[in-house]
Amino acid sequence: MNRFEYARASDVAEAVRARAADASARFIAGGTNLIDLMKENVARPTRLIDINHLPLRGIEDTDAGGVRIGALATNTAVAYDARIEARYPLLSSAILAGASPQLRNAATTGGNLLQRTRCYYFYDTGTPCNKREPGTGCPAIAGVNRIHAILGASENCIATHPSDMCVALAALAATVRVTGPSGEREIAFADFHRLPGDTPERDTNLGEDELITAIDLPPEGFASNYSYLKLRDRLSYAFALVSVAAALTFDGDTIREARLALGGVAHKPWRDTAAEAALAGKPANRATFETAAAALLADARGYSGNAFKIELARRAIVRALSQAAAGTPQVQTDKRVR
Amino acid sequence: MGTEASAAGVFSAAVRPVTLSVNGADRELRIAPWTTLLDGLREYLGLTGTKKGCDHGQCGACTVLVDGVRINSCLTLAVMHEGATIRTIEGIGAEGALHPLQQAFIDHDAFQCGYCTPGQICSATGLIAEGRARTPEEIRELMSGNLCRCGAYPNIVAAIEHAMRVAETAP
Repeated sequence: MNRFEYARASDVAEAVRARAADASARFIAGGTNLIDLMKENVARPTRLIDINHLPLRGIEDTDAGGVRIGALATNTAVAYDARIEARYPLLSSAILAGASPQLRNAATTGGNLLQRTRCYYFYDTGTPCNKREPGTGCPAIAGVNRIHAILGASENCIATHPSDMCVALAALAATVRVTGPSGEREIAFADFHRLPGDTPERDTNLGEDELITAIDLPPEGFASNYSYLKLRDRLSYAFALVSVAAALTFDGDTIREARLALGGVAHKPWRDTAAEAALAGKPANRATFETAAAALLADARGYSGNAFKIELARRAIVRALSQAAAGTPQVQTDKRVR
Repeated sequence: MGTEASAAGVFSAAVRPVTLSVNGADRELRIAPWTTLLDGLREYLGLTGTKKGCDHGQCGACTVLVDGVRINSCLTLAVMHEGATIRTIEGIGAEGALHPLQQAFIDHDAFQCGYCTPGQICSATGLIAEGRARTPEEIRELMSGNLCRCGAYPNIVAAIEHAMRVAETAP
């Protein structure tokens, strides 16, 4: 780990000023990704601004009828919050599908959004990586790429964003509240994370000098018909090969509104509104779900080690939508997929 | 690197005093900011019961309780925990007065080499306090952050299940 200067911020304005004053300073909250990256010399901040004492841990109702989650609320606090469990069980389920209890106890909501999109080459400073060192190349494309992207990748980067929580937040159409030197602004969740394009070194559209303060959930939580289905190489505590957040509302037997987002398949949580539109107004049956899966995966592209993910994703989408429609969401402790 | 006054307190890379309440006693460490809580406990306080396994939050051998909550001590900086209450394996039971989890690990033969055991027991202490595990499946899932390369998992789950019942029936 590199040597760095450390200071504690006591309010949001102070934290933002300190960040604006030094481009290579970083905020630290739970630290579960940043410290890990620092140990590998992938991240080398000159300064750490400890934001753990900022008053951003609350989870509260909003005037709009939704819920606001403070950026420093831990993953555990959010997953087991009575309001989140009752109104946004998709979010609880996704969080509990990710990491381990120890990590969820430390990791924060804002930090979860800002964990790096990554792969094993990004972590290995002995190899080239366009995300770590722009212009050096992407060895994953012709290398070991089992965990890599099948959607939205570029010739510069095929890494995936590993968050489960963010897949649910994408499906729920959350809003990210941020504060910078010129004040507050909101970023729609779909616009928060980026595709790699020609700038794989940038994972998000958050400004260099901005701090996430909260995540707002809209009123509709899809609490009756949802499922978060995560498929991975071991039954727990592993990143998704493919995960699916599915959520539906109904008019009788007809789907009124659908949400569909995937994890483990792209540089960002992959919500597809065209696939959602293919579900709306249709009966909830296998043919409908197959059509939506085909729409979502129409442009999917596999590499030497991960082409299996396209078929895996197709089946996972159909299964998660079936679970959501039946009101029998995937249980994260019982690993049997039904 | 020098120090510099700024709006956000004083940025400094200097060694500084950090006070932690460790296993019931206030302890002052003099540490640089890049010292992890794990290294602070092991190298500065001599509490080597907490183990360094992977040092990347993947194995759980370094699990301790911070303000009653189990976390990976390898992925947090000691300086971030000024004033916190830390409980390590050395603060769970004592020679001749083992914690029910420690006794259950012995009774169920829940280890082979023993390297992961302090982390397993600290993690299980947190698990029982959280009160969310009821079934063996739930214990397995909520202990998934603790690896055992000897593969003693069936006996670890049995030991925790037993200790959980003891805790439930305790007065």
